[in-house]
Amino acid sequence: MKNPIEKLDKAFENRVRLGVMSALMANEFMDFNSLKELLNVTDGNLASHLKALENAEYISMQKEFIGRKPNTKYKATKVGRNAFGKHLEALEELIKNNN
Amino acid sequence: MDSKDQYINDISEIKNIMERSSRFISLSGLSGVFAGLYALVGAWLVFDRMYSTEGFIYSRAFKYTYSSDIVFMLSVAIGVLVLAIATGIFFTTRKARKEERKIWDNTTKRLLVNLLIPLITGGIICLILLDKNQYLMVPPATLVFYGLGLVNASHHTFRDIRYLGITQIALGLIAFMYLGYGLLFWAIGFGIMHIIYGASMYFKYEK
Repeated sequence: MKNPIEKLDKAFENRVRLGVMSALMANEFMDFNSLKELLNVTDGNLASHLKALENAEYISMQKEFIGRKPNTKYKATKVGRNAFGKHLEALEELIKNNN
Repeated sequence: MDSKDQYINDISEIKNIMERSSRFISLSGLSGVFAGLYALVGAWLVFDRMYSTEGFIYSRAFKYTYSSDIVFMLSVAIGVLVLAIATGIFFTTRKARKEERKIWDNTTKRLLVNLLIPLITGGIICLILLDKNQYLMVPPATLVFYGLGLVNASHHTFRDIRYLGITQIALGLIAFMYLGYGLLFWAIGFGIMHIIYGASMYFKYEK
């Protein structure tokens, strides 16, 4: 049998990335500032992790303007949702088998 | 390091973030308790003016109903509503500040929109009923539509709100069957149930 640890998604090893993905699973959209407040991270830190998730095509980004202020919204893609589901299953399996 | 702990930690972190980002959890149970108290005082004011105290404790028979009585009842109802909302905002803002959360974010907006759709529908229906002199239908209708609003909004806040909503709907339906006892059901639903659920939420989440 394949070692379940290998089923864990490397993209979610990082806390911030795991947090971003969790928030985007529970919400249709989240903007940059809400994510920043929710996860309590700095702009630069969050931006780099968002970029990584975007490159993996797990999330998509949409820029818009509210009045004159730019507002960036993020959304989980189908690929991202599936990957997150598999990651959760792997975590559950690891917890069960470790008893 | 125990890796199992790490995985359990991951799962609970995921759950925590999902809850925090999608549910409005600054709602204070104390707002429910006070709303209930105002409703009981309001119900008592109406009872005192409108119902005969001769005979049964709760007599169905209005002494008389004048249009000034209708205005009186509506004023009491609106007074109760305004006081309840104001106190609710006060305690909820206080709780949000204590927990260092924002009071106005997407979860608040979604909560309010989902609450208001059934509530405004019900409000319009009550105005139509009043216009057609169907006064006895109004208290049961307010309970049913308030309950529907709570159930609808409950996806964005504590689970308890869902059960409070279902309780209000059930009370409203019973009140429709026993028209004329509206004030009694109104006092149970808006008064006693708010106090019970509010107190239970306060001790569950704020103590």
